[in-house]
Amino acid sequence: MNFIDAHLLSLILFIPSIAGLILLFLPSGEHRLIRWFAFGASLIPFVLSLIVWFRFDASQPGFQFEEVYVWYEAIGSSLHLGVDGLSLTMVLLTTLLTPLAILASFTIHDRVKAYMILFLFLETGMLGVFLALDLLIFFVFWEVGLVPMYFLINQWGSANRNYASLKFLIYTMGGSLGLLLAVQLLGVRFGTFDLLDLYTQWNALDPAEPWLGMSVGTVKTIAFWAFVIAFAIKVPVWPFHTWLPDAHTEAPTAGSMLLAGVLLKLGAYGFLRLILPLYPNEAQIFAGALALLATSAIVFGALASYAQTDFKRLVAYSSVNHMGFVVLGIAAAALAAGTPDATIALNGAILQMFNHGLSAAGMFFLVGVIYDRTHTRDLEKYGGLFPLVPVYGGILIFTSMASLGLPGLNGFISEFLVVRGSWPILTIYTAISMLGLLFTGAYILKGIKKVLHGPLNEHWAVQRGEHRLAEINTREILVMVPLMALIVWIGIWPAWILDVINKAVVMLF
Amino acid sequence: MTTEALMWLIPLPPFLAFVLIVLFANRSKALSHTIAISAALLSWLGSMIVFVRALGVEHLGENPFESSVNWLPLGESVETYFQVGVLVDPLTAVVLFFVAWTVLMIFLYSVGYHNFGQPEGHHDHKGLPPHGATVEEPGRQRNTPHSGSVDKHVVPSVEPMYSRFFAFIGLFAFGMYVLVLSDNLLTLFVGWEIMGLCSYLLIGFWYAKPSARDAAVKAFMTTRIGDVFMLLGIAYLYSSTGTLSFRAIFVPDTLHALQTIPSGFLGFSAAGLIGLLLFVGTVGKSAQFPLHVWLPDAMEGPTPVSAMIHAATMVSAGVYAVVRMFPLISLDAQTMTIIAFIGAFTAIFAATIAVAQNDIKRVLAYSTISQLGFMIAALGIGAYVAAVFHLITHAFFKALLFLGSGSVIHGMEHGVLHTGNHHVDPQDMFNMGGLRRKMPITFWTFLIGGFALSGFPLITAGFWSKDEILADAFSHGHSTVFITLAVAAFMTAFYTMRQITLTFLGEPRTPEAEHARETPWTMTLPLIVLSVFAVGYGWVGIPEHFPLLGGLVPSWLHEFVGGTLSEHPEAVEFNIIPLLTSLVVALGGLYLGWVTYRNVRSLAQDRFQIPLLKNKYYVDEFYDRVFVKPAYWFAENVVYKFMDQGVIDGILHLFGPFTDRFGSFIRNYFDLPVINRFFGDGSAEVTYTAGEKLRFLQTGRIQQYLMLALVLFLAIGAVLYFLMMA
Repeated sequence: MNFIDAHLLSLILFIPSIAGLILLFLPSGEHRLIRWFAFGASLIPFVLSLIVWFRFDASQPGFQFEEVYVWYEAIGSSLHLGVDGLSLTMVLLTTLLTPLAILASFTIHDRVKAYMILFLFLETGMLGVFLALDLLIFFVFWEVGLVPMYFLINQWGSANRNYASLKFLIYTMGGSLGLLLAVQLLGVRFGTFDLLDLYTQWNALDPAEPWLGMSVGTVKTIAFWAFVIAFAIKVPVWPFHTWLPDAHTEAPTAGSMLLAGVLLKLGAYGFLRLILPLYPNEAQIFAGALALLATSAIVFGALASYAQTDFKRLVAYSSVNHMGFVVLGIAAAALAAGTPDATIALNGAILQMFNHGLSAAGMFFLVGVIYDRTHTRDLEKYGGLFPLVPVYGGILIFTSMASLGLPGLNGFISEFLVVRGSWPILTIYTAISMLGLLFTGAYILKGIKKVLHGPLNEHWAVQRGEHRLAEINTREILVMVPLMALIVWIGIWPAWILDVINKAVVMLF
Repeated sequence: MTTEALMWLIPLPPFLAFVLIVLFANRSKALSHTIAISAALLSWLGSMIVFVRALGVEHLGENPFESSVNWLPLGESVETYFQVGVLVDPLTAVVLFFVAWTVLMIFLYSVGYHNFGQPEGHHDHKGLPPHGATVEEPGRQRNTPHSGSVDKHVVPSVEPMYSRFFAFIGLFAFGMYVLVLSDNLLTLFVGWEIMGLCSYLLIGFWYAKPSARDAAVKAFMTTRIGDVFMLLGIAYLYSSTGTLSFRAIFVPDTLHALQTIPSGFLGFSAAGLIGLLLFVGTVGKSAQFPLHVWLPDAMEGPTPVSAMIHAATMVSAGVYAVVRMFPLISLDAQTMTIIAFIGAFTAIFAATIAVAQNDIKRVLAYSTISQLGFMIAALGIGAYVAAVFHLITHAFFKALLFLGSGSVIHGMEHGVLHTGNHHVDPQDMFNMGGLRRKMPITFWTFLIGGFALSGFPLITAGFWSKDEILADAFSHGHSTVFITLAVAAFMTAFYTMRQITLTFLGEPRTPEAEHARETPWTMTLPLIVLSVFAVGYGWVGIPEHFPLLGGLVPSWLHEFVGGTLSEHPEAVEFNIIPLLTSLVVALGGLYLGWVTYRNVRSLAQDRFQIPLLKNKYYVDEFYDRVFVKPAYWFAENVVYKFMDQGVIDGILHLFGPFTDRFGSFIRNYFDLPVINRFFGDGSAEVTYTAGEKLRFLQTGRIQQYLMLALVLFLAIGAVLYFLMMA
């Protein structure tokens, strides 16, 4: 037990990969065995992160459960892991969604082994970003996560998968080039990549001091934009968002769940973990521009979603809309750092990250459920399916309402907090973003209307025919139950998670 | 149990009913309605206990029942945490009273309305209204045209989604109780939106009908326009005061601060702009012009839904929100003027449309919009108590009228099933007539409700509340509002009498109306109960100075509800002009309505079928052309196709060809000529040629090599020698 206690975070981080390696040696034909093994293996990090969650002392400043291992001594990089309220929330989201995504993948019959191995590697990649307290390690995991996702889309995706996977990979990689340079810049300057050291040393630099033929202030501004672009593409902030609808739409269902549920959060996490603490001045100067982009994402994301005729694309665009609120909250906090309004905005932004993870994963899964049965995503080809699949319909309406931000469910709390926090700081942008909130209603209701309501499309109702639409099954309901429970729980009593977030925000920013 | 604990518990039973029905009881119709009605009964009981206890408290306004907990941890200290709680002050108490009664009655009514106990129809589908079931009863003699050894006849069939209906109205009741009992704007908004969802789900209850489906979306979207403004108002208020709790905001210092801070928007004070933003929410929810368009379409829902959500409770919640925030909103004269204008305009605007409608429920829908306009106008001129009074009486008599209309429709459907002519619209008043003899209970209760709506003098509740609004408008010199509302009141009486005459009086105009039948007790009992309130509730608010009656009954309502405000509103001096106006418009309207329509046999004889009114001033068409269609066009063509796929992806797609060209350029103009040809092939060629040329030296003879070595040695030695010497 002592070993486990002392290495909780590294176990959470590496167990998925170790399980992936073990999977290599299991017989390829044993699909059941492979699936259940992968599912079981992904539950271990979840249980461990629950342990961390309960042992975590939110009122204590700084990072907890820290572990440091020598990794690349020559350049001063070490495997430094640790969590605070911000990263722990994201770790919990990741370890929760991965088992659900694996459970959702039980319908995959093609090269199951490779699929599951990639999934487990992906989990390590995502967790590494949240757990890393070393800038180089952060970057390594940031890139590591791309590879399995690329292959998941490229090998198990739908018709246009080559285009989508390439766009996803190239775009994100292209964005991280600047990040890599900026990371190197910091590492060279201070001889360490350790975040805790960098926080203090980097901010202690005199802006007027000459460096690389420029002033430190100018270098910082350039490095700031390098960071921003990398994270903005990942979030994605308008106008860097067009990879998202393609990647999300073409990815296999579980891939979309994790893309929307976790991968987008990596970008927002980058803003919170790196940009706000490392570049408070630059962030404040450019907060207005960021807010403009966030508002554009909210409004144009909602409008573009409303314009879709493909169910999955509609849901994909909704992520642009929802993540816009995260960025709006961050922009407000950057502009008025340290004020109570900024605290509220950041609380909202971080909670929105978690909430969007739940509802977006749920929505993508539900799209997958109907796609598995109908083999179409065209909204015009559904119609009036509610009487055929009442349970599915109920769950779809529920999850849609969470996505819409219905009060009483989780999305409302976070969106309200962002709006409340941003209003006194970025009044006009907040007011304009209400237009996006209005169209959120429009696209959500469009989805429900086209799928469930209206006259029944008889094509799906043929008795004993092969088209007869089957009701959502127990396994699929089991995927949704944890998500739905959390959606209601956070909607009614958010204090358990908001308390952790709030304390982290108060201490960090 | 303490009153505070009870207040927390009141909203819960309907919510639990919702959960239980959805998860466990949805296969049993009887169990579902038992759970739902028991839950409504429990909440009703709790509400009545709280109401009675509230009556016993001296100065309840200053010492309300309240209790709150920390809900959202925000900021560094517990003081900055966001709290939520429950509050019962006089306003809550009276609203709770009417909500509990109407909700319970409508729950009960729904049992009969959805034909509980009737057989299932063979052709009924989920998502469509039931079509009726054919029953075979051998050997029984009946006086029907059907004959034969087996007696076949069609009876109403039970609603296929019976359980779902009770689940939804349970959730709805939860939302309404949350809204009423909230001590702060945020949970009020939570209840507000939960009701909005239920309204959407219930308007679209028969979702397979395209009209119902579209009406549901329209209702949700139209109210959402108001809601996003309201959300901004809430955020604004919270930012400026640090709290959303009513009791914390309505303290003189805070109010004074809000009144004096300019908002920087068109000369509004902060209080004025917050009030205006919140009021836009009300405009959506209470279907005021220009966001009124959803309410008439909402009549697509089952009639109990129209009665509960779209007459008695949810649309009243919009007015309730303004009443609640009155101390804040009334600080800015500019905002108050806007409110008064919107209310008065809506009152008369909707009344004119109601005159030309033929669907029995649509008349009531426009009437609801118009009456809500009365309340809003009353608030806009500062007539706080009058608005609350009308809110309550209206809830009772309008719920009664809607339930009555549902009963009429049910009776007519019975006739339709009897004749088998499904082309007859059971909601069209021109297909009715003479129903007073077929459906006496429905007739008498509808008459009471209709007279209350018209403001029939002295005995109906509607008279007292409407009269109080007019008296207030008159005595405070708001002559425009006074005249507008008086005209609207006249039209109200007119269209109400038109409705009563066309529906119940005269002779049946169709065979279906001839075969209409009175509805079961579950439907008529709520009618009777509500008609008691439609008459009796007026007596609690008879003004003190009213001739003769004023002294007999104490003006309890004014004292009690007025106590909610820190400054008790003064009772209006009695004046004969508004009273006479009330009498004239009510009686005159009723009389004219009767005279005009008593001999109308068919649609052609109705002189008020004016296209402009029938088509609701073409507002729907206008919105569709100017907002709805362009919005979708913009979303699809500009945002998605032009911006995302055209410009942004266009730029991205340039990278591919550009990189490709750049790559080919490097290959064709550098790699191939320079590296490959020049350095690669070139060096090979040079080496090769050099080798070729030097071949003759490679003779393999040692002597030659040594000779060469000697020559080179001497040559290098000579060069070095000369270099060193120089």
